[in-house]
Formats: sequence, C-alpha cells, structure tokens
Amino acid sequence: MLSIYKKEVRSFLGSLIAYIVMGVFLILTGLFLWFVDGNSIFDLGVASLQVMFDISPYILIFLVSAITMKSISDEKRLGTLEIITTKPITDLQIILEKYFAALTLVAFTLLLTSFYAYSVYNLALPVGNIDLGSMLGSYLGLFLLAACYASIGLFASSLTDNQIVALIISMVLSFFFFAVLGMLGDLEILDKIGRSLNWFSLEFHYNSISRGVVDTRDLVFFLGFISVFLGGTKLVFESRKWS
Amino acid sequence: MSIKVEQLTKTYGKQVAVDAISFDIPTGQVVGFLGPNGAGKSTTMKIITGYIPPTSGTGTVCGIDLVQDSIEVRKLVGYLPENNPLYLDMYVKEYLEFIAGISGVKHIKPAVERAIEMTKLTPERHKKVGQLSKGYRQRVGLAQALIHEPKVLILDEPTSGLDPIQVVEIRQVIKDLGKDKTVLLSTHIMQEVEAMCDRVIMISKGKLVADDLVTTLTKDGKSLEDTFRSLANSDNHVEHI
Repeated sequence: MLSIYKKEVRSFLGSLIAYIVMGVFLILTGLFLWFVDGNSIFDLGVASLQVMFDISPYILIFLVSAITMKSISDEKRLGTLEIITTKPITDLQIILEKYFAALTLVAFTLLLTSFYAYSVYNLALPVGNIDLGSMLGSYLGLFLLAACYASIGLFASSLTDNQIVALIISMVLSFFFFAVLGMLGDLEILDKIGRSLNWFSLEFHYNSISRGVVDTRDLVFFLGFISVFLGGTKLVFESRKWS
Repeated sequence: MSIKVEQLTKTYGKQVAVDAISFDIPTGQVVGFLGPNGAGKSTTMKIITGYIPPTSGTGTVCGIDLVQDSIEVRKLVGYLPENNPLYLDMYVKEYLEFIAGISGVKHIKPAVERAIEMTKLTPERHKKVGQLSKGYRQRVGLAQALIHEPKVLILDEPTSGLDPIQVVEIRQVIKDLGKDKTVLLSTHIMQEVEAMCDRVIMISKGKLVADDLVTTLTKDGKSLEDTFRSLANSDNHVEHI
C-alpha cells in the first residue's frame, strides 16, 4: 500500500522541481504582497492577503503543471508503465496514488505562505483584526483550485510520453478552465448560454469560496471536476486495451 | 497446467499479431519461445501478463483466468518486459523495495534480500540503477520479476544486448530459477534454447509452427537453427528483404 505514493513524493524531493516550485511560489507571491508598487500591503494599507489570492491562480497554472508533467509521461518514456501495470494493483490505484503525491506537494507549498498570513495577522491594528473567515475560505479555495489543476496535469501527462508536451497541454487546459471559460461567458452575444458557461469556470467557484462562505455546490463542483479528469486519465490508461 | 492458452488471438485493426495460438505448459518446465522479429512473441507475453487483453481466445495461469481475474494472475506471474525498463535514478535496494510494495509482498526487507542474493546483485546493491552495467541492470530486471516469489516467470528477451560473459551469467541465473518455477522466455538465439530450455514453442507471423521438446527437435542430428529456419520458411512466413 502507498508504495507508489511514497516513491512519487521521494522523487519530488530528490529532484529540483519541488524546491523550484516552492521557491518560485514564495518569491512571486511575496513580491506581489510586499514590494510591487501600487498593490502591495503597504500601499493599500489593508491587512489582507487578497493580492496573493488574486495572483496565485495564475502562478499555480504553471507550477502545478510543472509538478505533474512527468508523473505518467516519464513512465511511458522509460517503459516502466508496463512493469507497474502488470503488478497486482489496479490502474485506478496507480492514478490515485500519483495524484495524492502531487497534491501533497501542492498543499505543502501553500502552507509555506502561512508565514505571510502570520505577518499580516500581526500587522493588523489591533493585532489579529483581519477577516479570518475570508482568509481561510481563500486558502481552501486555492487548495481546491490547485487540486483541479493537478487533475488536469495528471490527465495531460497520461496523453504523451513527452514532459514538455504534457506541460503545455496542462497549462493550456488549466488556463482555459480557470479564465477563458469565464471570459467567453461574459460575451454579450452568448446571453444565457454565457451565464451557464460562467458557472463551469473554475474562477467562478474559486471567487465564491474565497468570500469565506463554503457552499456545498462549490465543493461538489470542484470534486466533480477532479473526478472527471482523473476518470479521463483512467480512460487513457485503459486505451491500451482497446483495438 | 501452469500456463494454458487456447485459440489466443490478438488483432490490431486488420493486422493479426497473434493468430489462434494454443499451448499448455506444465509446472516446472522451462520453455523457449522462438520466432522471428514481429512474430507475436511479445504480444503473447503481454497478454499472459495482463498488460493487454486478447481479442479472442482464453488463457489461464495456474487455473486462473487471464482476463476475469487479471489481478490474481499478476500475483502469480513475474514479468521482465522487452528492453528491461528501469528507473535509472533510483537505488537498487530502493527500487526493489518499491516493486516489492506494489507486488503485494508482506515482508519487504527479507524479500528484497532474497531477490538480491538470487540474482547475485550483492556487490552492486547500494548503487543507483543508472550506474550499473547492462548485465547488472538485467539482473535488477530479473530481481524485480521474482521478488514476490511468483510461480511463473515470463521473460521477454532476457539476454538481448549483453556481452558473451554476461549472457552466460544471466543464463545461469535463469537456469537456477527454472528448478522450481515455470519459465517462458523469448529469444532468437538458438544456443540459448539448447542451453536452458526443456521445450520449444515456435511461432511465425502469429501462428504456432512448432511445439516440441528440445531433445525431440534435435534428435536426428539436425541443429535447432536448421529446424527453425525450415519451419519459419515453410509457410512462406518469413521473407528475406
């Protein structure tokens, strides 16, 4: 049990990717929070991490795709997929363990920013005077959003034996489902269809959860989204059996 | 019967890779699976190991159905795929512990020790797989296949790409394994079959062309190689390009 999960986590920590992802995420969010003119906490004068929660979805599109890109594609390239799929474990178990390994790294990366949260908490006047509900909701939203990206990334990785191709497919799909769908939904000519398109965008539900109100409809949407892409990954796995 | 297949067929679109093959292999036999490149050897092995299902036909390993109970079959089978795929950046022990884990081995440490000993990997156990010579990598591949003490070993070209000394060493390892396991190994080196196998199954263009004991095939002074060539040619299956 969990052998694949452990191997994946170990391989993240043994490769540079994990540290680059964590470092880049901390540096970029830190820059936007504290230093970038006009939007930083000091310029706005508000003790909140809102700036970070606004920018993170876009940073994570790249970083989460980088985490998942080699997950399955590399096994295909090396041929080791034939070894692990002829062991007494199911395809679904392989996929889930790989998925949760990627999710662990994502969660850990997000946790690192609690350092910023702590700073903001202490900057507030009086200390601790922040909208805690909104902050926790935003963290939950960000985690669920990253979990969706990870499921897209794993799916993209199963489509090819080339990591770079997987990275690009994953980024394009993630960007589409986060931002483009909402932009299409806002087109006036689409009218009602537009509004339902909007409902399918990740951004819509991310913003909804970020307000600090955890609506079960949003949770169901995120979990459904993840299931669809993990199910798609399983289909690609099984496609070797069709012909 | 350890391995039994009946009318096994695999088609890719219109191309027939394996064409109604039937054979059964009793427990403890070492069988050489021969045939020219593209004859369907690897495809047959992939079906027996549960990597792909047959288009039609049935098969069992130790009486368990290949398709219905694929997971159960995989517990009984050790498989070394063609080209011996490995994670080059893992350590030998780390890799074998990982494989033991996904093979459902309960006591991982002793199983890894045993596999390392059986394949004589002891001097290289602390190295990374990527640092090993091809011969030692092949041993890691074998160790991987037999870590869960399978009853049946399926080895796809276990000696390809090795130098003559390594070939002899790997053959010895397989011969030792064959003492208490059923082994099906593919190759196109005839001497290898004479050195290791009790029996030969020959296929050409997906069809079974011979299935006999090595002693029978070589008894009237003919070499296996001549037999192979005449059988492969007899149905105009092999064309020289």
